[in-house]
Amino acid sequence: MTDEGIPAAGDQPGGDDPLSDTWEGDGRRTPAEGIAIRSGFFVGIATAAYGISFGALSVAAGLDIWQTCFLSLVMFTGGSQYALIGIIASGGVAAGPSAIATAGLLGSRNAIYGMRMAPIVGIGPWWHRLAAAWGTIDESTAVSLAQPTGHLRRVGFWVTALVVFVGWNLTTLAGALIGDALGDPRAWGLDAAAAAAFLGLLWPRLKRVQAAAVAVGAAVVATVLTPVLMPGLPVLVAASVAVVVGAFNWFGRETRS
Amino acid sequence: MTLWQVVILASIATLAFKFAGYLIPQRLLEAPTPSRIADLLTVALLAALIAVQTFADGREIVIDARVPAVIVAAALYALRVPFIIVVIAAALVAAGIRAVT
Repeated sequence: MTDEGIPAAGDQPGGDDPLSDTWEGDGRRTPAEGIAIRSGFFVGIATAAYGISFGALSVAAGLDIWQTCFLSLVMFTGGSQYALIGIIASGGVAAGPSAIATAGLLGSRNAIYGMRMAPIVGIGPWWHRLAAAWGTIDESTAVSLAQPTGHLRRVGFWVTALVVFVGWNLTTLAGALIGDALGDPRAWGLDAAAAAAFLGLLWPRLKRVQAAAVAVGAAVVATVLTPVLMPGLPVLVAASVAVVVGAFNWFGRETRS
Repeated sequence: MTLWQVVILASIATLAFKFAGYLIPQRLLEAPTPSRIADLLTVALLAALIAVQTFADGREIVIDARVPAVIVAAALYALRVPFIIVVIAAALVAAGIRAVT
């Protein structure tokens, strides 16, 4: 799942009180609500379409249809799902620990999204907050934070999360069934499709020089370590590039025009 | 370790991060370093996965049909072609090259 420009932490447009709801007295839908609902719906449909590629690639990687659907239902965060099946495809079950660690680390950004969404949607009974946390992904966060008021942000979040969740799970099943019927994944170019899918997730994140530098560094580290370490580990070690660059804020000043 | 255990443990790990976001006090966000590292972690992991998915065959580095496919994909993303079409195009390029070589 890609994000189309989630505002970086700290530049959240400011300070509106999430509790100051703007329902019109007669309960009719305002034009601003229409915009929030429509953008959530379209982002949700577009995202759900990738579920086909995830389902097919997952079966090609050696997971069965149940395992594939379990990931989309429970893990429900595209980047981590692709990472898990990518590492299993290259290293098999022996690479399991690396696959778990990579999927987990890639999902760590959802904790940051959660911290920003908690005051907006993390209210009400416990099952409400549980559903909010479950539905906190790139797309629901991005659509929500793009709305101007607390109420519209809630509408944007829930519409997007719901449409992506239903669509993503249905298309995952369809993709898994298609992938099951395809046979040899290499003959169909599915290994290249997986690389292209990762590239699609990365592309919108490369706007800043710092991110581009980290991407190049991590790619070089992973490639150089591939002959040395067992499959899965080069990706994990490459993650340290982000920790080092992020901790010292190298390349952090300039922005690419 | 079975494949099911990998699938379940990894799902627990990612869900734990989602829940943590709603439980951790928001003060952590005021420190820019943790959120910057989390952002860059995503970039580094995706870039590393692209590199491995493009060049690795087990523990060997191999230049094959995947490389032109990924170059085509990059060009299409630069032209703002939608994700699903790019992924299919990359598969077609690799499958086409393999069919004729």
